[in-house]
Amino acid sequence: MTALLDILGSVGIWEAVLRIATPLIFGTLGVLLCERVGVLNLGVEGVMTFGAMSGWLTVFMGGDLWLGMLVAGLCGAVFGLLHGLFTVSFGLSQHVTGLGITLLAASLSYFIFRLAVPTASSPPTIDPFRAVDIPLMSDLPLVGRVLFGQTAPTYLALGMVVVLAYAMYRTPLGLAIRMAGENPHALDAQGVDPIRLRLLAIAAGSAVMALGGAFLTLAAFNSFFPTMVQGRGWICVALVVFASWRPARALLGALLFAFFDAFQLRLQTVVDTVPYQFFLMLPYLLSILALVIMARRARVPQALMAPYRRGER
Amino acid sequence: MTPVLELEGITKRFGANTANEDVSLRLGQGEIVSLLGENGAGKTTLMSILFGHYTADAGVVRVMDQELPPGRSRAAIRAGVGMVHQHFALAPNLTVLENVMAGTRSLWSLRDDRAGARHKLMVLSERFGLAVRPEAHVSDLSVGECQRVEILKALFQDARILILDEPTAVLTSQEADSLFATLRQMSRGGLSLIFISHKLHEVMSVSDRVVVLRRGRVVGERVTCETSRDELAELMVGAKVRRPERRPARPGPVLLEGRHLDVPASGGASLKDVSFSLRAGQTLGIIGVSGNGQRTLGQLVSGLVRPMSGTLMVKGFDMTSADVPRVIAAGIGRIPEDRNAEGCIGDMTIWENVALERIWSKKFSRRGVVRREAARDAAERIIERYDVRGAHVDGRIRQLSGGNMQKLILGRVLESAPDIIVAAQPSRGLDEGAIAGVHRRLLEARDRGAAVLLISEDLDEVVALSDNIRAIVGGKLSPAIPAERANARLLGLMMAGDWTDAQQMEDKDAV
Amino acid sequence: MRFERRENPGAILTMCAPLAAIAVALVLSGLLIAVAGASPFKAFTLTLQGAFGSRLGLSETLTRATPLILTGLAAAIAFRARLWNIGAEGQFLLGALVVPALGAMPFVAALPGPLAILCCMLAAALAGALLLLAPLGLRLRYGVDEVVTTLLLNFVVLLLVSTMVEGLMKDPLAFGWPQSIPVPDSAVLPNLIARSRLHVGLPIAVGLALFVWWVQSRTVFGMRSRAAGLNPAAARFAGVSLGRTLVVVACLSGGSAGIAGAIEVMGVKGYVTTDLSPGFGYSGIVIAMLANLNPIGVIAAALFSALMFVGADSMSRILEVPSYIADVAVALSLLSVLLSVFLAQYRIRR
Repeated sequence: MTALLDILGSVGIWEAVLRIATPLIFGTLGVLLCERVGVLNLGVEGVMTFGAMSGWLTVFMGGDLWLGMLVAGLCGAVFGLLHGLFTVSFGLSQHVTGLGITLLAASLSYFIFRLAVPTASSPPTIDPFRAVDIPLMSDLPLVGRVLFGQTAPTYLALGMVVVLAYAMYRTPLGLAIRMAGENPHALDAQGVDPIRLRLLAIAAGSAVMALGGAFLTLAAFNSFFPTMVQGRGWICVALVVFASWRPARALLGALLFAFFDAFQLRLQTVVDTVPYQFFLMLPYLLSILALVIMARRARVPQALMAPYRRGER
Repeated sequence: MTPVLELEGITKRFGANTANEDVSLRLGQGEIVSLLGENGAGKTTLMSILFGHYTADAGVVRVMDQELPPGRSRAAIRAGVGMVHQHFALAPNLTVLENVMAGTRSLWSLRDDRAGARHKLMVLSERFGLAVRPEAHVSDLSVGECQRVEILKALFQDARILILDEPTAVLTSQEADSLFATLRQMSRGGLSLIFISHKLHEVMSVSDRVVVLRRGRVVGERVTCETSRDELAELMVGAKVRRPERRPARPGPVLLEGRHLDVPASGGASLKDVSFSLRAGQTLGIIGVSGNGQRTLGQLVSGLVRPMSGTLMVKGFDMTSADVPRVIAAGIGRIPEDRNAEGCIGDMTIWENVALERIWSKKFSRRGVVRREAARDAAERIIERYDVRGAHVDGRIRQLSGGNMQKLILGRVLESAPDIIVAAQPSRGLDEGAIAGVHRRLLEARDRGAAVLLISEDLDEVVALSDNIRAIVGGKLSPAIPAERANARLLGLMMAGDWTDAQQMEDKDAV
Repeated sequence: MRFERRENPGAILTMCAPLAAIAVALVLSGLLIAVAGASPFKAFTLTLQGAFGSRLGLSETLTRATPLILTGLAAAIAFRARLWNIGAEGQFLLGALVVPALGAMPFVAALPGPLAILCCMLAAALAGALLLLAPLGLRLRYGVDEVVTTLLLNFVVLLLVSTMVEGLMKDPLAFGWPQSIPVPDSAVLPNLIARSRLHVGLPIAVGLALFVWWVQSRTVFGMRSRAAGLNPAAARFAGVSLGRTLVVVACLSGGSAGIAGAIEVMGVKGYVTTDLSPGFGYSGIVIAMLANLNPIGVIAAALFSALMFVGADSMSRILEVPSYIADVAVALSLLSVLLSVFLAQYRIRR
C-alpha cells in the first residue's frame, strides 16, 4: 500500500504522464479529425510508424529536429491523401483501405530504414528534443517540472487540442467538418463540396498522426526500431470512441490512459509476484473496456463509414 | 415578363439512357411553375443539372440573363437559386441554426458570427411565417418543422428562385395546404418558384403554369387555369393505362387478428394498443403520413419485431412471438416496403433471392445442403409466369429494373399461394404500367381468398385496392371506413388524427 | 468525376483485373528495388529462383504457404459475413500455445499419432474460436466495433504467450531461452517429403479451403452467411438470424486461425516462442482480399505471398535489398487489387 502511495507521490510518474500521453494526443486528434468528416482511418498505426521513421531519418541525415517533425507531418499527409483517394474519391471499403495503408506504411518504413542504415547491431541514435526550461515556472515545486519541464512537441500537442476544439465548434470550417460527418448531402446542398473537405481533413488528420509517431523517435526515444509503435495507433482509435469525438475529451482520455500506463510501469517494479506482462496487457484491456463503456453512449457521426457519391442516396 | 430563370435545350444521357432530351423551361418573376411528371420522367436530373451536380451534355442554364458555368454547385446558389430537397438535406445531430449557417461563410474565416446568423434567421422566419427554434437539434423536429428549416436554408442564402422537389410527399393534406399558403405568400413577395410534383391536384391548386415532362422530354406546357386534371394526366402518362377494376369482396373467416398490440420503438415508430382483424378475401388498407408506425406494423406482421404486450393470431393460432420462418410457414406472404434495402440482395443471383426466405423448406434444401436445381427451377417459373424481363436465373438481381424486381418479389410471395399477404408500399417508385400489374396481382390474390394487409402512402392506390381503410397516426389505428365512402377530405382528416371530425363527416355523408 | 456501375462486368475483365493489379504492384516494387540500387529484373529472377528454383526453395515456399492458407481462410470467411476479424494473429498464437500445453498432459502424449494431432487441432480451433467469440459478443451485446477489439487482443495474446514461455510453460532444457516445452512426439506432423520441412499440414489446409468453398457455395449456412454480409437488412427480412450466423462464422474463422497456429507448431517449429508468427495473421487479411474472399483463390494468393516472402529472403541475401521489400510488395498488391476490383465494376465518367 505504501508502495502505491510512493508511486503516486513521486514527481516522476506525473512527469511521465504528459510524455506518454503526447503521441496518443496527436494520434487521437488525427483519428478524430478523420472520423468527424466520416472516414474511419485504420491507417493510423502505419502512418505513426512512418512518421517515426521519416522524422528520425531526417534528423539522422543532419536535419533540424523541427524539420524532422515537418517531414513526418508531410509524409503523413501523403498517406492521408492516398487513403482519401481510395475511401473518399472511390468510396472503397474504409476497413480494408486503412489496413492496407497500415501495412504499406509500416513495411515501407522498415524498408527505407534498412536502406539508410543497412547493418547496425545497435540502432543508431540522434540527439532528441530536450525538456524546455521555462525560467521560474519550471522551478515551481511539483507542478513546475510536471507542467513546464516537458519537450516542445508536447506543448504543440496541447496547443493542437485547443486549436482543434476552437475550430470545430467556433468556425465555419469546423461546422462544415461536422456536417460532412453527419450528412454530406446536406453539406453539398449548402454549396460546400464534401469530397474535397473530406480529403483535406484526412490529409490533415494523417499529418497529425504522423507527428505522434515522430514524437516517439525525436523526443521519447532517440532511435527508430521496427514495431516501436506497438499498437498505439489502435489505442487511439479506441480513445476517439471513448472521447465521443470531442477534442477536449480526447485530451482527457489520453491523459487518463497515460496515467494508467505510467502507473503500471512503476507498479511492475514493486509487485514481483505477478508476471510483468500482465501489467503490459493493461493498456490494451483498458482500451477495450473504454470502448464497451462508451459504445452505446457516444454520439457517433451519422455518416461514419458511409462513402459519399453525388446523386446516390 | 422577363424570365428570371431559363433552361435551354438541356440534354443529358447516362450511358444508353437519355434522362433529359432538349428540355427548355422559363420561369418569370413572382411566378409559380409546376414541373409535372412521373417517377423517372427526368425531373430530378434536370434540377441536378441546374445545381451543377451533373454536367449537361448540351444546353445552357441562365439565371437573370447570366449563364451559369456547368458543374459548379456553388454557382447556382450564388446566383440566388435555392433548393428544397425531397429527402431533407439536414444533419440531424446539429442544431437548426447550424444547419442553416453551414457553408454560408468563407470556410477560412476565423469566426462564425452566430449572433448575426441567428438574427437573420429570425427575421426571415418572421417575414414568411416559418416558425422554428434555432437551438433545437434537427433530430428532435417534426417533419413539418424540418421542411420549414429546409425552406429557410434556401432563403438564408438569399435565394430569389426556389425549387421544391416533391415537397408534400411527407406531409398530411392539411400540412400541405399550409405549405401552399406559404408558397403563395412567397411568390407575392417577389420570389419565383418551381414546384416539382407528380400529384395532379397539388399542381392544379398551387401553380400559375405547368410544364409536363415525360421520358425526359417536355410534352406540354399549360397555363393552370386553362387546363384540367384529365388533360394533365394524359400528358403525364401518355397512352392511358387502365387500372384494374375491383370486384365486390366476399369476406371469409378471420385469418389475421391483432389484439391490443404494443410495440416499443426501435428504429421505427412505436405501436400503441393496436387491434385489427382481417378476413379471407378482404383487403385492409392502412394509410398515414410516413413515420407514424406503418413500418413497424408491417414488420410486426412480417415477424421482424415482437410486441411487448398483446397477441397476434394467425388462423386462430397464437403467433405473437413467431420468427420469420414460422411466419412464412404459417402462410404469410410479405412484400417489403423497400425492395432494394430489404426485398433483395443485389449481389446475389436471382435464384438465390427467390429461395433465400424459404431455404429451410424441404423444397429448397436437404440436410443443410441447398437443392440448387429445385431453386433455379422455381426462379425460372417465376420469371416466366410473372413476366420478369431482362432476367436470367444465374444473373445478379441488381441488374433488374425496379418494376421487374418488384415483379420477382411479387412472384416469390404469390407462388406459394399465401393465405395472408402483407404488402408494404407495393408500387412505390414504379411507373404506371408496372403499378397496374402489381394491382392486378393483388386483386387476384384477394379474389381467390387471400387476406391482404395493404400499407401504403399512395391514397389512390389504397382507395383502388382496399375494402376497408384505416389510418395510422402516432402508432394508433383509426376506426375503419369502407373504401366506397373515402374521399380526399375524409382521408386527410383521418391521417391528421382528427378521428371524431372524420366520424362526424362520415356520418353526415351516410345520412 | 463520377462513377457509373458497369451493367455487365465481363468475366474476362473480372478475372484479369486482379492479375493486372498485382503486375502494377510488382512494377512499383521494382522501382523501389531500383532505388535501392539493384536491378529489378535480376531481383525478380532471384526471387523466383529462391522460391521455386530448387527442391529446398519449393518445399520452403509450400511450407510457408500452409499457415497463410489457413489465416487467409480465417479472414475470408469472416469478411464475407462482414465480421471484421483482424485478430487472426492472436488466434494463431493462442492456437499454437494450446498445443504444447495440451501435450504436457500425459494422456494426450500417450495417444496414438493421428488422434493426438486431431485432439491438438480441435483444441487449437476451439481456442481461436473463443478468442473471436469474445469481441463478437461485445459487438452483439454492446455495439462495440470488433475491428479495434480484435486488433487490441492480438497484443494481449502476444503478451500472454510471452508470460507462458517465460513462466509456466518454459522449457527447462532450452538453456534459458524463452521458449515453450516442445510438442510431444506423437503430435508432430509427419513430413511429406524426406529431407524438407514440408509436412502434412499443407494437404490439411488445402482440404479445409475446399471444404469452406463447398460450405459457402452449396449449403444453407453458406448462403445465409453470404446474405448476412451482402445486405444485413434483407437477410434479416428473409429470416436469417444475424447473431446466430455470425457466431458460426466466428467459430469457423477463429477456428481456422487457431488451427494455423497449431499446424505451424506441430509441423515446423516444435515449440512456441513469441516470434513464432512473422505476421501470419495480418498477411491472412491481405491474402483474403487478393483472393476476393474466395476460399479457392485463397490457396493461390497464399502461394503468391509465400513466394514473395521466401523468394525475397534469398534474393536479399544476394542483392543487399532489404527483405522488407516482400512486405511492401504484398501491401501494394492489396491496395492495387482493391482498386482494380472497383475499376472492373465501375466506369469513370467526367
